[in-house]
Amino acid sequence: MNTIISVRNLTMHFGDKDVFDGLNFSIAVGEKVSLIGHNGVGKSTLVKLMIGLLKPTSGSVVRHDLNGRMLKIGYVPQFRNIDADAPLSIASFVALNIGKSWHPWLTRAEQKRVAAVLAETNLTELKDRPLALASGGERQRAYLAQALLANPDLLILDEATASMDVDAKQAIMALVDQIVTTKKMALLFVSHDLALTKQYTDRYLLIADQKITTGTSQSIDPETLKGVEV
Amino acid sequence: MFAFDFMRHAFVASTFIAITCGIIGVFVVARELSFLTHMLSEIGFAGASFAAFAGLSPLVGMLAFTLTSSALISGLSVEKARRESTISAVSSLFIGSGILFLALANQSSSYATQILFGSIVGISLNGVWQLVTLSLVVLATICLIFRPLLFDSFDAVGATANGVRTGLISIIFLILLAVSVSVGAQIVGSMLVFILMTIPASTAKTLGHSVRQLLLISVGTALLGVWLGLWLAYTTNWPATFFIAVIEVAFYLGALLYQKLTV
Repeated sequence: MNTIISVRNLTMHFGDKDVFDGLNFSIAVGEKVSLIGHNGVGKSTLVKLMIGLLKPTSGSVVRHDLNGRMLKIGYVPQFRNIDADAPLSIASFVALNIGKSWHPWLTRAEQKRVAAVLAETNLTELKDRPLALASGGERQRAYLAQALLANPDLLILDEATASMDVDAKQAIMALVDQIVTTKKMALLFVSHDLALTKQYTDRYLLIADQKITTGTSQSIDPETLKGVEV
Repeated sequence: MFAFDFMRHAFVASTFIAITCGIIGVFVVARELSFLTHMLSEIGFAGASFAAFAGLSPLVGMLAFTLTSSALISGLSVEKARRESTISAVSSLFIGSGILFLALANQSSSYATQILFGSIVGISLNGVWQLVTLSLVVLATICLIFRPLLFDSFDAVGATANGVRTGLISIIFLILLAVSVSVGAQIVGSMLVFILMTIPASTAKTLGHSVRQLLLISVGTALLGVWLGLWLAYTTNWPATFFIAVIEVAFYLGALLYQKLTV
């Protein structure tokens, strides 16, 4: 399979604290991968390194070109600070990620693109509702739609289902699964929820003791959070 | 009332300042910079006092003070939680020195009140041109950085995650804010600039749910406020800034009431 992103000998230190030491792994086109590990092992740090928000102490993250163009990553961060009086509707919030242009207004093609993403994430009927008044699940769909607007090749969800009830978790993950499968998008799902990672990803990446191991999602032992290495 | 030069000048100047402040205000309110805007308008007064002391033009002093304080504030308050304290500290320092410079320069208090409260009906043709130029430069810059500025203002986390250079955008916006407050304040007064940069955008935030609505409501209420305020000042001979403040606050309270009754 074609590799879209490779992490090579990645080492990260924050002051005296060693977060990772020589991580190596890659993700292929259309692959569904989970990133698991106990709190504080550096899952979000690894994601930030992968998307370029942090610079590694040493090693590299290589984004491979895809069909002659740069790899695009869609990232849904773990925390979002949307105030209770934030004014923007769901549609306007999603459209924030429409991309660069010298003109402020959306072209007809851009409006169509926003409408298509809203339809894809079942938000068309809710598009005029202020995001601040939306439920947890609706907000998460809006965050997902905003990331999808850039038409990514790799979608990274950082704890996207945390603090949601079981039904809402299943609903959002079923939607994500349908979208990434249809679009042959790769998925990196950062989560503590091993039931979800087993159900919706094929392979896991486990961070423990500053190292990374991988295996099939089905082989994770929830008791020890240690999978069978392959 | 348009038979008089000073009223025509006031009308043109207030129209441009209302459009510029109305648009910048949407971003000021979204980025929670109302407090900084208030402080910048007072720091501008300190800068003008310094200029009087040093024998410079008031605009040079105001620009020097507002730009330096903005740079200090953005440098010292990387974390949002620390911003208010940093703004208080930096502005106390600048305003305190402004009082000192005013005393050292032997200027009467009317000089200070002129800078703080301004006089929209006493603007020269030269002042009108300065203001029009400022407005066009500020609006053109905002147009160029509109999309990343919008993303960063309304969803800072998402903007960072999607590769927007949020640090650069913040610096450009603070410079725009400092320049607008300085140029606007020496012509129409710090108070009017502060009123127009915060209240119409707050009204818009209460009523609008799309970017277009926010901009239209903010600019619309700013324009209605200055036009009505000028007309009332002309007919009553009371200060225009007073009427504009009252009208803008009335719009805001009306918006809050509307929101309470409809939601």
